[in-house]
Amino acid sequence: MSDPKIACRNLWKLYGPDPAGFLKRHDGHPTIEAIRAQGYISAVRDVSFDVMPGEILVVMGLSGSGKSTLLRCLSRLVEPTAGEVMFEGRDMLRATDNELIDLRRHKMGMVFQNFALLPHRTVLDNVAFPLQVRGTGRQERENRAREVIELVGLKGREGYYPRELSGGQQQRVGIARSLAVGPDLWFLDEPFSALDPLIRKEMQDEFLRLQKVLNKTIVFITHDFDEAIRVADRIAIMKDGAIEQLGTAEQLVTRPATPYVAKFTENIPRDRLLSVRSVMEPSAPRKPAKDAIRADALLASVARRIVTTERPIDVVDDEGALVGTLDRGSYIDALYDQEPAR
Amino acid sequence: MSAVAMERPTRADAPGAFAKAAKPALSVLPFLILFLCAPLLPGWMMKVPQAWTIPFIDWTNAFIDHLRDDALFGLFSFRDFTRWIAELITWPLALVEGLLVSGFPAIGLPAMPWVMTAGLCGVLGWSLRDWRLGALAAGCVAYMAIFGKWELSMITLSVVLVAAPIAGGIGFLLGILAVKKPWFEAAIVPVLNVLQSLPHFSYLIPIAVFIGVGHKAGTIATIIFAIPPMARLTILGLKGIAEEIREAGKMAGCTRFQMLWMVEIPAARQALLVGVNQVIMQCLAMVVIASFVGARGLGHDLLFRLQSLKIGQALESGVAIVLMAIVLDQLSRAAAEKQPSHLAENTSWLARFPFVSIAIAVCVVSLVLSAITPYASVWPTEWTLSTAPLWDGLVDWITLYFFDPLQYFRDGMLLYVLIPIRGLFQQIPWTAMVALVAVAGWSLGGWRLALIVSGFVLFIAFAGFWERSLITAYMVTVAVLLCILIGLPIGIWASKTERRAKLAKLWCDTFQTFPSFIYLIPVIMLFKVGDVAAISAIIIYAMIPTIRYTVFGLRNVPQDIVEAGITSGCTQRQLLWNIRMPLAFPEIMLGINQTIMFALFMVIIAAFIGTKDIGQEIFRALTFNDAGKGLVLGLCVAFMGLTADKLITAWSAERKSRLGLV
Repeated sequence: MSDPKIACRNLWKLYGPDPAGFLKRHDGHPTIEAIRAQGYISAVRDVSFDVMPGEILVVMGLSGSGKSTLLRCLSRLVEPTAGEVMFEGRDMLRATDNELIDLRRHKMGMVFQNFALLPHRTVLDNVAFPLQVRGTGRQERENRAREVIELVGLKGREGYYPRELSGGQQQRVGIARSLAVGPDLWFLDEPFSALDPLIRKEMQDEFLRLQKVLNKTIVFITHDFDEAIRVADRIAIMKDGAIEQLGTAEQLVTRPATPYVAKFTENIPRDRLLSVRSVMEPSAPRKPAKDAIRADALLASVARRIVTTERPIDVVDDEGALVGTLDRGSYIDALYDQEPAR
Repeated sequence: MSAVAMERPTRADAPGAFAKAAKPALSVLPFLILFLCAPLLPGWMMKVPQAWTIPFIDWTNAFIDHLRDDALFGLFSFRDFTRWIAELITWPLALVEGLLVSGFPAIGLPAMPWVMTAGLCGVLGWSLRDWRLGALAAGCVAYMAIFGKWELSMITLSVVLVAAPIAGGIGFLLGILAVKKPWFEAAIVPVLNVLQSLPHFSYLIPIAVFIGVGHKAGTIATIIFAIPPMARLTILGLKGIAEEIREAGKMAGCTRFQMLWMVEIPAARQALLVGVNQVIMQCLAMVVIASFVGARGLGHDLLFRLQSLKIGQALESGVAIVLMAIVLDQLSRAAAEKQPSHLAENTSWLARFPFVSIAIAVCVVSLVLSAITPYASVWPTEWTLSTAPLWDGLVDWITLYFFDPLQYFRDGMLLYVLIPIRGLFQQIPWTAMVALVAVAGWSLGGWRLALIVSGFVLFIAFAGFWERSLITAYMVTVAVLLCILIGLPIGIWASKTERRAKLAKLWCDTFQTFPSFIYLIPVIMLFKVGDVAAISAIIIYAMIPTIRYTVFGLRNVPQDIVEAGITSGCTQRQLLWNIRMPLAFPEIMLGINQTIMFALFMVIIAAFIGTKDIGQEIFRALTFNDAGKGLVLGLCVAFMGLTADKLITAWSAERKSRLGLV
């Protein structure tokens, strides 16, 4: 395994009269009660995680959970109170203003919830903006901008102004702008939350399509668990500034670490999330039946087999070796019993 | 999204119903006691004794004299410096004036033909909004030529065209500095507050001292007067940019300089252009009043004709000023509202820049026309029309048929309403007034607000013009009460339908652009001079914000609350008094606050028609070039306005937050 692209360790962001001093007085680990009692507001509380190259980490939480602040601490739009942020092994918090500008000009892109397009610039000029500020010549930056605009499917709209576009189109411009410099690290702050549900779905597909081509390292913020499941490799659930649990969607649903996470995941349609592997019974090695099902198939895709087959069905891995069996009882339990599968 | 939901502190001490009703009563109690016991009070509590007054005026004058005569920066004195600045201004002034009206005799170049000016204004209007605005602009310019106001109006216009960019530029830079440096903002905002509540005349007197009288002094006064609104709107505009836009700039890797020029200023473009509109309108208002220190142009003409009571001719000049105000306002407003749109690609230059092409065509055609006929370059005097006989006829007609009723009305008002109220006001002890504002300030905003507002009143009391100030207070109070009595019903009526509301907004916008001085013309026509005339002028001018804010407040009550009322079975009347009015009231109070400010501005200008208040003293200070007195009295007026402003905005903000409207 390679080194993480971006990592943070014991990251804190407190708001109040003297956050740094307060943190020091409590040896860097004040309880939430102490924070509240002293009138401080904890936006980010002792957060640590790694994001691997090419991975999509989704940070999920309700409004006020500190997820946006966390993202801004990673990109240093907000100065963290304590902790460290390592980007490609370098300490981001020690970077000088000039180094930071340089990093942002070459290595990072960010997409904003309300698009944050510059209203006085055309689509082309908006997308070319990050290239312009780093001093790329007009011809070169416009060529590059046209490429990215085509990539996000807005070809032909280069001369339009943001207010002449629909919300979905505006966010495509936002995405194009964040990709213009060819960043390694891509921050998305609730990119689709301001769009209506149908457009949101379309944009999520678009995002996944782009990621397949680009393979960026991504930190994606959302308050929508369905969206998190659709796009994430791993999900971090935040509450009151701290991460409640970090894991794959399946782990969160099948093994919630706290009641809060359990509450979040209880209404998730499991048949489209859980794989056969997570509910099957292990079995002794033998030759699998011809009509065995794959272990990584989603439960929804084997529903017909379960209904039509009386006996437990054999489950095989990628190589075709038997790994377990799935019977009707445990299948039904996994779907309808609110208890996680035992 | 902000990081964390803020928890609102809940109020532990919920006051009972009795305490709630008693609180406002308690705050006027000290005032009432002192006021009613006035005959029993010792003299020093009534009026600050002469011996106690603080010689603010002498101090100011000493400082000004020092600046004028002694302060030397090496080779030159401060006055040399100001005169040198004034000398600089003559250059652009001469250039614009030469272009518009006087030509350049030295190099044998004539001024622009009037056809060209009218045509270019038309194209400008057309390009900024539509052909109707173009027609309005061209028509108004043509009016100036046809009705013999060409020279005067072009001189006035050239002052505005020179003063507005300079004032706008300075205000813009101050605004940027304030946004970037918090200490500078903390220093400049109170100064802007005071400057924006200083009466026009207070600006004129120091100008007269340091620069002298004349056209360029008037121009400088105009520039200085128009700086504060631009600075303020720059601050507002730059602070109003969405945080995300700024973050987008940072994430793109902008340096601070790139951030300012490529992100913040363009994103605040609209607010900045509204500032430009304000600057232009302030310039026009001031250049009219600057005629008191010798600025030439329409204002000078108007002043001259009013002084010789030639009402018809004064009205004619007034109409010209009004037309100019409307055109300047509409053009700059259209510029602020204009949104960029995309251009079709691969079209000809002509199609891509249609208005530039038309403008060039206009220039060529008018030059050719004026080569063929002189009528196209200068409108011939023998063809000039005058509306003065018409206006004179109107005035005569009014005098003939309405002289008696107007006379009765005036005398009745004076004898039975104004003089008794004035008498009451003049008995207010200064201690009572301090007590009133201090208690009101304390209950609305704590000891800090109490300290500020009572400081204002103490300044007025100890400056030694208490009685004069009370007369000003009386006129303003009467006028504001009448404004509310008349303006509130109009506002309620106008808020009933969308169409009426739009109409009301249009009228308010239009009337507000007129320089305040204009409002003196009709009242002189009806009531000659005196308190009734002054108060009428104040009412006409100051009623505008009451109406505007009433309409705005009532129309902007959240729709779902109104619908909740309707579904609860409210009648129209219940809807108005139980739902719309209480929710709109904080907004309406802000309108009344503005009305007080407008009234204070107008009451000072009304000194021109013979009032006996502070305005008259300032007016006299202007005649005697007494800068210290003019400034101190101006501050008295400003502090009156600021006292009302601080108290009302504190009340309104508190009320709004309690109603959950912010």
